[in-house]
Amino acid sequence: MRNAPAIGALVLLVAFPLAAKHWDQLFYVSFASRILIYALAASSLNLILGYGGMVSFGHAAFLGTGAYAVAILMAEGVSSAWVSWPLAILVSTLFALVIGAVSLRTRGVYFIMITLAFAQMIYYLFISLRAYGGEDGLNLAARSRLGFGLDLAGDLTFYYVVLSLVVGCLCLMQRLLDARFGQVVQAIRDNETRMEAIGFPTYRYKLICFALAGGAAGLAGALLANQNGFVSPNLMQWTQSGTLMVMVILGGVGYLYGGALGAAVFLVLEEALSAYTVHWQLGLGWALLAIVLYARQGVAGLLAGTAAGRR
Amino acid sequence: MATLILEQTLNGLQFGLMLFLLAAGLTLVFGIMDLINLAHGSLYMIGAYLVATVVRATGSFALAVLVAVLGTAAIGVLLEVTVLRRLYARDHLSQVLATFALLLICNEIVRIVFGSQPVMLSMPNALAGPVQLLPGFYYPAFRLAVIGVGLAVALLLYLLVGQTRAGMWVRAGASNREMAAAMGVDVKLLFTAVFGVGAALCAIAGAMLGPILAVQVGMGESILITAFVVIVIGGIGSIRGALIGALLVGMVDTIGRAFLPMLLRSFLSPAVASGVGPALASIAIYVLMAAVLFWRPQGLFPARA
Repeated sequence: MRNAPAIGALVLLVAFPLAAKHWDQLFYVSFASRILIYALAASSLNLILGYGGMVSFGHAAFLGTGAYAVAILMAEGVSSAWVSWPLAILVSTLFALVIGAVSLRTRGVYFIMITLAFAQMIYYLFISLRAYGGEDGLNLAARSRLGFGLDLAGDLTFYYVVLSLVVGCLCLMQRLLDARFGQVVQAIRDNETRMEAIGFPTYRYKLICFALAGGAAGLAGALLANQNGFVSPNLMQWTQSGTLMVMVILGGVGYLYGGALGAAVFLVLEEALSAYTVHWQLGLGWALLAIVLYARQGVAGLLAGTAAGRR
Repeated sequence: MATLILEQTLNGLQFGLMLFLLAAGLTLVFGIMDLINLAHGSLYMIGAYLVATVVRATGSFALAVLVAVLGTAAIGVLLEVTVLRRLYARDHLSQVLATFALLLICNEIVRIVFGSQPVMLSMPNALAGPVQLLPGFYYPAFRLAVIGVGLAVALLLYLLVGQTRAGMWVRAGASNREMAAAMGVDVKLLFTAVFGVGAALCAIAGAMLGPILAVQVGMGESILITAFVVIVIGGIGSIRGALIGALLVGMVDTIGRAFLPMLLRSFLSPAVASGVGPALASIAIYVLMAAVLFWRPQGLFPARA
């Protein structure tokens, strides 16, 4: 995160909850945590969608598996974050490896369909798990225990933990994209045939990218489970995958902060519009349509465009 | 037991034929215009709501179906001319997102007009009773009518696409769009017509399935995914593939849901079977799709060479 606007945003994000606490508006701290969690989820999708060129319509499944990992462990008595969160990441990465291994053998629309199908399979799998709530979902008894005197039940503490994790992941993502691995993945997105001709094992690169994105989504799911105190199979419905894709395209496909910006814009719009009307999805639909038709690069693209124009 | 198998087979046939109506429009749009249309389920929903409204206003089911078919086709053509035309040149992701946006908009508009509660759509009185097919075996007359309508539409589509000049253009467009345009086919008109026919088929499916399933916002989503599975299995752009795929999926889904839990209970413990059974039945069609894609990645009857 070398540039000024990002550092400015970071300072704001760090200072914001202290200001909120001062003015007794703690709800917004919880809301901001939610935005950060979805920023992580959308960024993980941006990694495979924007940078990898893989249109996966089943990304919500990895969010769900991470969330359920934490919830199931909590139900079985394991509440330490140091155990359940890494396990959530591991579980989601494994699911992503398996699903990616099969799906990445296909291309184009078939890839979209098969990722969708796998997500639906996982959705039905968790509905059938009646021992862990089934269709009704599962409550978490409490938030994960972090130790070190940090009590995640407090909104402020939780916010800062989430913020540090999300910032860490975004930094990792930037390092990944700047490294050889990330350059190869982007080159594969641009022209896979050429990369194959040059001699890169494209399947392997795409699979690893897919698995990493799944793991990141798993972490986001674990945090989401803590945030909501509740998990349900609805987390894994294909419409949730669609929502994640909407966030990515809103923010800007292929821009580092596209996922984060998109999640922020989406959730703020949702919150603001639903105060006016219960039919806020109508406005969202129109906005999305307008963006797809006229502003393909999303918010990040518009920002980058104005910055370029200023030069 | 035999009557149960027969009944479920007929149910599967009925569901499969209705899936065919949805899948036919979807596969043509995808095959000819290379457009992934997530709003296809919304057209189905609009068709069902139109039928419900007209039935409530006039009491005549036949009139309602006619109005719904024409109305949905008109809405489909309107959508095509205003929005979808701009998407043909775009990549699949943009198409997915734009039609997803249309799906959200349609859902909300319907919710604003009709509310979130399911709307009552009852079967026409003439078809409300059971029919005796075999001694001791009764089957609902309406479901038989649905099968009849489905078979009739399938025959009509076969004649239209296989035996007419317009059908030849459709098949040419599905096989190689650029070549067909180069040979002088009016591609714009063809696209609009194909989309309109697809919308009309959705309306028929909505009218037929409305009394059986619930007419409510979001009814399009669940069947849309199944329709996509059908066209992936059948092969994109092929009506024959859509029919075979739809019948396969309809049968596997219905028979799986009916008999898989029973089957599992015979050699697994009841606790495990009652959990695993429904889950396996739900994912049966996805496993089928994965298997077909593994053996024939282009589907069973791909239209493109």
